[in-house]
Amino acid sequence: MPAIVPAEARPHRASAFLHRHPGVRLGALLSAPMLWYFVMYLAALALLFLTAFWSQDSFTSQIIRELTFENVEEVLTTPVYRSVTLQTIGVAATVTVLCIVLALPAAFFAAKVARPRARRALIVMFLVPLWASYLVKAYAWRGLLSESGVINWVLEPFGLSGPGFSTVAVILVLTYLWLPYMILPIYVSLDRLPNSLLDASGDLGARAGTTFRSVVLPIILPGIAAGSIFTFSLSMGDYIAVSLVGGDELLLGNVIYNNIAGGGNTPLGAALALVSVIIIMLYLLLVRRTGALKEL
Amino acid sequence: MTLSPFARVVLRVLLLLVLAFMYVPLLLVLINSFNPNQVASWPPKGFSLVWWEAALDNTGARDALIESLHVAAWATAIALVLGSMIAFAIARYQWFGRESISLLIVLPIALPGIVTGVALQNAFTRVLPEIGIDIGLGLITVIIAHTTFCLVIVFNNVVARLRRASASMEEASMDLGASSWQTFRLVTFPQVRSALLAGGMLAFGLSFDEIIVTQLAAGAGVQTLPIWIFNNLSRPNQAPVVNVVAALVILLSVIPVYFAQRLSDDPAHTGV
Repeated sequence: MPAIVPAEARPHRASAFLHRHPGVRLGALLSAPMLWYFVMYLAALALLFLTAFWSQDSFTSQIIRELTFENVEEVLTTPVYRSVTLQTIGVAATVTVLCIVLALPAAFFAAKVARPRARRALIVMFLVPLWASYLVKAYAWRGLLSESGVINWVLEPFGLSGPGFSTVAVILVLTYLWLPYMILPIYVSLDRLPNSLLDASGDLGARAGTTFRSVVLPIILPGIAAGSIFTFSLSMGDYIAVSLVGGDELLLGNVIYNNIAGGGNTPLGAALALVSVIIIMLYLLLVRRTGALKEL
Repeated sequence: MTLSPFARVVLRVLLLLVLAFMYVPLLLVLINSFNPNQVASWPPKGFSLVWWEAALDNTGARDALIESLHVAAWATAIALVLGSMIAFAIARYQWFGRESISLLIVLPIALPGIVTGVALQNAFTRVLPEIGIDIGLGLITVIIAHTTFCLVIVFNNVVARLRRASASMEEASMDLGASSWQTFRLVTFPQVRSALLAGGMLAFGLSFDEIIVTQLAAGAGVQTLPIWIFNNLSRPNQAPVVNVVAALVILLSVIPVYFAQRLSDDPAHTGV
C-alpha cells in the first residue's frame, strides 16, 4: 500500500514490519504456546499411549519397549475390566442425567423467573460451591453418609437407613460435585434466549410443556451438551470421591491410578487410560455437532 | 415469561430443593467444626472453639496453604501469557489447522484429570530422565501440570471476549497511525482486561483446589493444601483439624465469587 502517512508520523520500524507481515505476527503469537502445548501436553499424552503398547517386566518393573498388543487385549478380553468400564460409563451417564434434571429448573428459575436482584444472588449461590474445594465437599459427604452421619440420623426415626458407602453414594456425591458445572452453561444459554420467543410461543397457544420442548430445548441444547462434557468426563476420571464414599466400588479411574501410581503395571494402566480417552473422544465428537465446544 | 401460578410454585420448590442439596453439606462442615468431640458424630455434643485454635496453630496446614498459593500464582501467570497468545492467534487470524487446534486445545479440561496426571507423571519420571533431563517430581512439575489446564481456562475466557469484540477498532487504531504496541496497550488490552481477570481468577481457583493431577505430579516433598487435607483425612486425631480447615476453605471461597461478581458484566459466563 502506498504510504500516505507523512514520514515523521511513521510508526516504529519493528511495528511497521509486523504490521505488513501478519504471518510473522501470527508466528510470534503461536510459537511459544504451541511449543509448550505440544511438548508439555500432547507429547506426554502420546508417550502414555505408546506405553500402552509396551510391556513391563514383572520382576524388575522395567518397561520393555517392544510392540505388543497384550495390554490392549487384556483390557478388552478380561471380564473384570469390561465390567469396570461398563460400570464407569453407567455411573458417568447417570450422573450426567441427574445433573441435567437438577440444573434445568434451577437455571430456568434464575434466568427467566427471578427478578434482577434475586437473579444476582442466585448466580452467586450457584458459583460458591464451585469454589469450595473438591476434597472438602467429598469429605463433607463422607461424614453425611457415615454410619453415625446425618443421613442415617434423619432416616432412622422412619425405620430407614441411608445408602452407606456404595455405588448409590458414588452417584449421589459425583452429582453433587459436578452440578455447578451443569447449571452455569444452561443458565448462560437460557439468559441469551429472548423472552419474546417464550411469549410468542405462549400467545400462539403452546402450553408450557410444548414451549419447553419446541422452543427452549433446541436453543439451550449446546449449553446442556457443554455441561455434560464436564459431568461425563469428570465422572469418568474420578477416583478420589469414589474411594472416599464408594466402599468396595471401583471405577476406571481407580484401576488406572492403582496401576500407574500404585506400583502396579504401568503399560496396563496406560491401556486403561487409553480406553477412557477413546470413550470421551467419542462423546466429544457426538456433542460437537451441537456446537457445545464453543460453550465451554 | 407468563407461567401459571402452579408452575411458578413448582419451579420455586424445585429451586429450593436444589439449593438445599448444594448447601446442606457445606453447612454441616461449618457446624461440625465447632463440635468438641474428637470423632465427628451427629448431632454435635456442644459448642467449642478448641479445634479452631488447634487448626490456627497447625504449621503443616499453614505451610500447605502457602505452597498452594505459590503454585497457583505461577501456574496462573504462565497460563495468562500463553493462553491469551493462543486466543489472539485463533480469534484474529485465519490459518491452516485453526479448527483442529481449537478442538485440541480444550483437551486438558475435557479429558479427565487422571489421564493428564498419569501422562505427565510418566513423562517426568520415565521419559525425560532418558534424554538427560531429570528434574524429578517437585514444585516445578506441579506448576507445569497445573499450567496445562489453567491455560485452557484463560484461553476460553479471552477467546470468547475477542469473538464478541470486533477487530475493526484495532484496524482503525492502526490506520490512524498508532504502532502495534500502542494499539495493543490502548485498544486491545482494555477490551480483554476483564476477561483476563475472570480467566485468571478461575485458573487460580482451579489450581488452588486441584488434587488429582497434583497427587500424580508432586513428589513426596510437595504438600499443597488439598494434598495436606487428603493425607490428614485418614488420621483420626487430625480429623477435627481437617474439618476446621475445610470450614475455612468454604468461608474463603465466598471472596473470589464476590470479586468475580463485581468485575464481570456477565457473571455466570465463567468460561469453565
